[in-house]
Amino acid sequence: MNPVIRWFHQMGSPPIFHRFADRWSRWLLLAALPFLAWGAWSGLFEVPADYQQGDSYRILFIHVPSAWMSLFIYGLMAVYAFIALVWRIKICEQLAMACAPIGAGFTAITLLTGSLWGRPMWGTWWTWDPRLTSELVLLFLFLGVIGLNAAIEDRRAAARAAGFLALIGVVNVPIVHFSVEWWNTLHQGATIKLMGQSSIDSRMVLPLVLVAIGTKLWFLGSLLVRTQTAMLEMESGKDWVKQIARGAHA
Amino acid sequence: MIEALSMGKYGFYVWTSYGAFVAFLLWDWLAPRWQRRRLLRDIQQRERREAARQKKQKNA
Repeated sequence: MNPVIRWFHQMGSPPIFHRFADRWSRWLLLAALPFLAWGAWSGLFEVPADYQQGDSYRILFIHVPSAWMSLFIYGLMAVYAFIALVWRIKICEQLAMACAPIGAGFTAITLLTGSLWGRPMWGTWWTWDPRLTSELVLLFLFLGVIGLNAAIEDRRAAARAAGFLALIGVVNVPIVHFSVEWWNTLHQGATIKLMGQSSIDSRMVLPLVLVAIGTKLWFLGSLLVRTQTAMLEMESGKDWVKQIARGAHA
Repeated sequence: MIEALSMGKYGFYVWTSYGAFVAFLLWDWLAPRWQRRRLLRDIQQRERREAARQKKQKNA
């Protein structure tokens, strides 16, 4: 069998996934820290102040990577939910559910830092602007997935129902992304472009990229830990979990 | 030093943002670990109860 395909098959086995997650989660989380620390340091102290916004724009180095993560995590959650609904793969159900609290966290950070940036720059904590409103809807979608998953007793039925909600909510992802182009909005448009010329000062790109890499690594580590825990709960009657419980000093 | 930390007149907004982010990371680190500890303790207790019941049945 093709080694890549075999690897995917093996990951479907909860004890093998458990060992894999044990090994990789701590390295991913540890690897994230230097990126986050260096990016934050650079963003706070090394990069020059903005010519219009002064030092307030330094919030950008938290706000923008968090916003990217909120959309990325939602997309990934929907992909896992799709796989789980079509092929009934248990581990994908739990991967999708593990995305939700982390995504909700990043979305909340995006809204909070946006508010803290909006107060001095726009003169208001909040306004019902398309970008802000659609990001708030994203938070509610994450919370809805968490709530639905928690409300149903049967873990597998819960994950499938919540996964279904996650899939419906995908409609909101392009709305968040394009809201600044489709409507008149207070929120500025994208200044970083993958295709074409970015309009951000090149010195400001480095800390932004560092924090973006750091949040990606952190998310992957956290996703593994949370999925691992969910699988332990699902399989709590099985021998391999009992063995782990015996070994743990809980 | 003090000047660098004061962030012009925006110190409150900048530092609250970075602080909230760090708090979020800390929560994201701790929450699943607490959950796992509670879960493993529950499994241990359940097993102990099960073992005690079987012992009692054998003696009866």
